[in-house]
Amino acid sequence: MNSVSLSRWLLFGEWRAHFVQMSVALIAIAIGVAMAFSIHLINTAAFNEFSAASKSLSGQSDLQVYGRKAFFDESLYPLLANTEGVALANPVLELDVVVPGKLQNRNDHKLKIIGIDMFRAVQISPDLLGLTEEGKTLDRLADDAIFLSPAAMEWLQVKQGDSLSLHVRLQTITLRVAGGLVRARAGQRIAVMDIGVAQWRFQQLGLLSRVELKLQDGVNHAAFKVKLAEQLGESYRVVEAIDQEKRIANMSRAYRVNLNMLALVALFTGTFLVFSTQVLSVIRRRQQFALLRVLGFTRQQLLRQIITEGMILGVIGSLLGLGLGYAIAVMAIQLLGGDLGANFFPGVKPGVYFDLLTALTFFLVGLVVTMLGSVAPALEAVRAKPAMALRSGSEDVAMAKFLPPWFAVICVSVALLFTQLPPIFGLPVFGYLAIALLLIGGIALMPRFAAWTFSRLLTQLQHYRLGAVLTLVLARLANAPNQAAIALGGILASFSLMVAMAIMVTSFRISIDGWLEQVLPADLYVRAAAIGDQGGFQSDAQRAIAGLPGFDRVDFFRTQQLILDVNRPEITLFARPVDRTDARNTLPLTDDMIASGSLPENVMPIWVSEAMVDLYGYRVGDKVNLPVSGTSNEFLVAGVWRDYGRQFGAVQMQLADYQRLTGDLSVNTVALWLQTGMTADAAIANCGTAVWRRVGDLPVE
Amino acid sequence: MLELCNVNKAYAEGRRVLTNLSYTLKAGEYAAIMGDSGVGKSTLLNLIAGLDTPDSGEIRINGVAISSLDDNAATQLRREQFGFIFQAFHVLPHLTLNQNIALPLLLNGTPTDRVEQMLADVGLRDRGHHFPRQLSGGELQRVAIARALIHRPKLVLADEPTGNLDPDTAHEILQLMRAEIKTNGATGILVTHSHAAAATADFVLNLTKDGLYPVKSERSE
Repeated sequence: MNSVSLSRWLLFGEWRAHFVQMSVALIAIAIGVAMAFSIHLINTAAFNEFSAASKSLSGQSDLQVYGRKAFFDESLYPLLANTEGVALANPVLELDVVVPGKLQNRNDHKLKIIGIDMFRAVQISPDLLGLTEEGKTLDRLADDAIFLSPAAMEWLQVKQGDSLSLHVRLQTITLRVAGGLVRARAGQRIAVMDIGVAQWRFQQLGLLSRVELKLQDGVNHAAFKVKLAEQLGESYRVVEAIDQEKRIANMSRAYRVNLNMLALVALFTGTFLVFSTQVLSVIRRRQQFALLRVLGFTRQQLLRQIITEGMILGVIGSLLGLGLGYAIAVMAIQLLGGDLGANFFPGVKPGVYFDLLTALTFFLVGLVVTMLGSVAPALEAVRAKPAMALRSGSEDVAMAKFLPPWFAVICVSVALLFTQLPPIFGLPVFGYLAIALLLIGGIALMPRFAAWTFSRLLTQLQHYRLGAVLTLVLARLANAPNQAAIALGGILASFSLMVAMAIMVTSFRISIDGWLEQVLPADLYVRAAAIGDQGGFQSDAQRAIAGLPGFDRVDFFRTQQLILDVNRPEITLFARPVDRTDARNTLPLTDDMIASGSLPENVMPIWVSEAMVDLYGYRVGDKVNLPVSGTSNEFLVAGVWRDYGRQFGAVQMQLADYQRLTGDLSVNTVALWLQTGMTADAAIANCGTAVWRRVGDLPVE
Repeated sequence: MLELCNVNKAYAEGRRVLTNLSYTLKAGEYAAIMGDSGVGKSTLLNLIAGLDTPDSGEIRINGVAISSLDDNAATQLRREQFGFIFQAFHVLPHLTLNQNIALPLLLNGTPTDRVEQMLADVGLRDRGHHFPRQLSGGELQRVAIARALIHRPKLVLADEPTGNLDPDTAHEILQLMRAEIKTNGATGILVTHSHAAAATADFVLNLTKDGLYPVKSERSE
């Protein structure tokens, strides 16, 4: 028997007596840790699987050469193959092709098709080779053959020998499923064809998506990459596998950060519950602790006792949280996928991997925040004078020390200061801290708020016959507000977060509605089943659509993806007719803009989304270069518009400028305004032209 | 054993309670301190226990000035040499009687095999696994007496130990307390308003605003 026994007695005695409070605190900690851990597991699993899937497509190549746009001329391939230091060059055509039967899912209706040179792929990416039937090796070069990964076969519900229909611009082509692939990752939905066949069947003759390079032994990769990038100029980019990983990481960064913040909110609420549980527990046992001090408990022993209680809560809660988090991650991935439905990693089926080091980190986070919740009550308990604390009635005075008004003022002041500070590495770290400080400051103000409110209420109501119970309740709340403040603080913490979420979602929905009305003002939109960046509607189709009956007005848009930074995802370029008299009639511009009348004559204006300002530093009035036509063209940033749709950046330009620069007159989106009294269904039904019948098969928004 | 040398104490609001208080209590003596409400009886006990410090003057236990000890040393002194009995009993509600009584032994790191015997001595044999909520006020005070004496302290401080008890129980408790103090060879100070309670001590001291004065003992054994 020793002081350890005493510590154990005190601990279990308290928990036995207040089992429900302890359980609630444990659950709160467990939920906080579980959310944080599960989100991390899901993100990591999805990210790793997506990276691995991307790597499996690029095989064992050392470098990859891409164009600034989705495709570039294949004449680059022999140049690269003959470059000194290159052991092997492998041309690839990669296409996302619309599957007719999957159009009901707008975010997941495309099949990735990889066109490869079988003779080179066998050396650089053998996993992508097709598995043919016995004796039909030449199927790999057949002009109707397509090879599918198991996940793609399952998704498309086809097997070897079946036919597969795919949309190509305004046509539908049928291919033969010639077999599977040598190896594909679980959930990876890809198809492989001979590159020449793919160019022909998908109308991409003479075009490539990338060239993969295997360098000769002894060649310095970094130096070679720099030299090659210089040789190729700004129309091309040379990347390594690590660049791809950075792009993938950047793509889902905001999503991951926000989910992690949500987990921190849960952990914060858990910490507050632990804090309030410990405060109330310490206050309730104030006389007991004083007695222990009188009997010979040193301050250090008492401090250790209370912190040990918090630590054990933290250990149990964190362990429960880790188990729960792992279970949530497994279930979430099975039910919702690796991106929880956000569609950053479509088709990926990751497996959750329990990493001990990561688990230990989250365990420590849970433990530390729990112990932080125990420190303040523990310090108050050891500072209390035993002779004073032995008397009853000193509880409220003791509680006042936890939430002094100066602390609240400092928290709120610092929070206001933080709202003015810029992001760190693109993340609103100070914004998150400001929210936490405002919440803590608000909780610290609760005793004053409670005392003021209930005192006034008591004064106002004293002329009425309140009854003994109500009078006692109000008097207690008014005169001992600190105990009420702990409960009020809990309500404030959870309720304010709930209200904040509700306001955020509601305001976002309202903003989105208003924004949609401005950016999508037409009644109908027709989007071509384009291949990559190729426009779906050529001039003849455009003329036919413009002549369709039932429409007041028809506009044509051209969209394509551009890469401005190899470490970031592609931006979206919109070429459309923008009102020359006032761009605000076409775009949801912010106040940051150059008036149309003030635009110089000899410049090409562009209007950039707010993400472009944040990510690329574009400012109104800047002259910037964009690789719209393959080579770089100079534009004037004429305004900033709000875009809720593309977080990686978007640019709008005049369609006429685009067509003049590129010589490409095709478009891939049509906006249609119905005549008065005409419905969308009636307009479509009334159209008997061949163009419309074909367009009618395509996704119509 | 206990020396009070010109002890002065005033409350935070400035009200003076103890003025130039001096007295010496020999080892084995059992004294009762009486006085009007607010005169400073409990304050004096807190000062002797090292739970509070005098504004001036000195309190010595076996020649050691308590005010010269830091918090840990004062705590150790209380733990080893003092026993406390309070009017409000102050037993820990979530511990059994055995555990409550064993507290001083555990704090001192000594064996707890005396607990059952001590419990029997105060008339609570076989009730060691009961919790305080199962006991009457008189029984609770018996537990407090057992806890105060289990580690054989040299000085027992009792602050109105029978203030919450009926006269019969109070008499019983006071007799028990005296017997246990004497059996253990301890020195005792009993603070009380009750003349009957004070009569159980060896002698009575009257605390006034002018000092601590002996009065004729009314003890009848």
